[in-house]
Amino acid sequence: MPVDITFAGRVYPPGDVYVVSREKLREFAEATGATHPAHTDVEAARALGHPDVVAPPTFAVVIAQRTEAQYVEDPAAGIDFSRVVHADERFTHHRPIHAGDRLRAALHVDAVTVRAGLAMVTTRCEIADEGGAPVASVVSTLAVRPEDAS
Amino acid sequence: MTGGSRPVAAELEVGQEVARRTVGVDRARLVRYAGASGDFNPIHWNDRVATSVGLPGVIAHGMWTMGAAIAVVVDWAGDPGLVVDYRTRFTRPVPVPDPGEALVEVVATVGAIDAEAGTVRVDLAVAVDGVRVLGKAQAVVRLV
Repeated sequence: MPVDITFAGRVYPPGDVYVVSREKLREFAEATGATHPAHTDVEAARALGHPDVVAPPTFAVVIAQRTEAQYVEDPAAGIDFSRVVHADERFTHHRPIHAGDRLRAALHVDAVTVRAGLAMVTTRCEIADEGGAPVASVVSTLAVRPEDAS
Repeated sequence: MTGGSRPVAAELEVGQEVARRTVGVDRARLVRYAGASGDFNPIHWNDRVATSVGLPGVIAHGMWTMGAAIAVVVDWAGDPGLVVDYRTRFTRPVPVPDPGEALVEVVATVGAIDAEAGTVRVDLAVAVDGVRVLGKAQAVVRLV
């Protein structure tokens, strides 16, 4: 099934609350070689003025990819993951993410284009706190190769 | 605790190299990143699946590479909360051998200084065996 361009413009409202934990931040920091003590040591984070340990700058991808799943894993969207290549990613932080944050994310399908069989899918995940104050924006573009290409 | 050694925007120059690091990535690290991130796409841990879709073998998550590169900037800035914007294109895959590891070289230079906004754009050159794997990797860092 080809990528369905009519999904462009769709908005998926925020779903469940994602609770940021110290241990998840530690796992993510260790996996990416992020050794700054503010990721794992509460006292080091507080010395810099943070309320708790601080997420690495790309941690928001964990929340974003969960949020994107409701679109990219929808069979009707026509996105075959065996033909997907991650094209680009951008994080804009309105404030740092900390352990203890309770976050919700809305998904916007900003663009779905097809040129010469190659589909480009751009999503934007708007992450906010429970009160609706913006925390981070994550824009991701996937390239989906045509079915007959190798 | 790291406050005393933080960079100051007024003392930086465009083109100046501010940090450099080589980061090794092996299969175990990819498994660890898969678990930490929730990205279990088998092309990042299963050679059979990776080669069946035309890859040379297991490749690193692009998001792993992006995450490893920014750690260099965080350590230089002295506070993870100072990175307000970070973007990249994924231009080439990073094949990860088994046994062994791929060596990712990260070089951070000052790309632009916005004195009014109090921010510095740090450009990241990220390469494996001398070939760039990220394109237009740029982080905006708030400095005082």
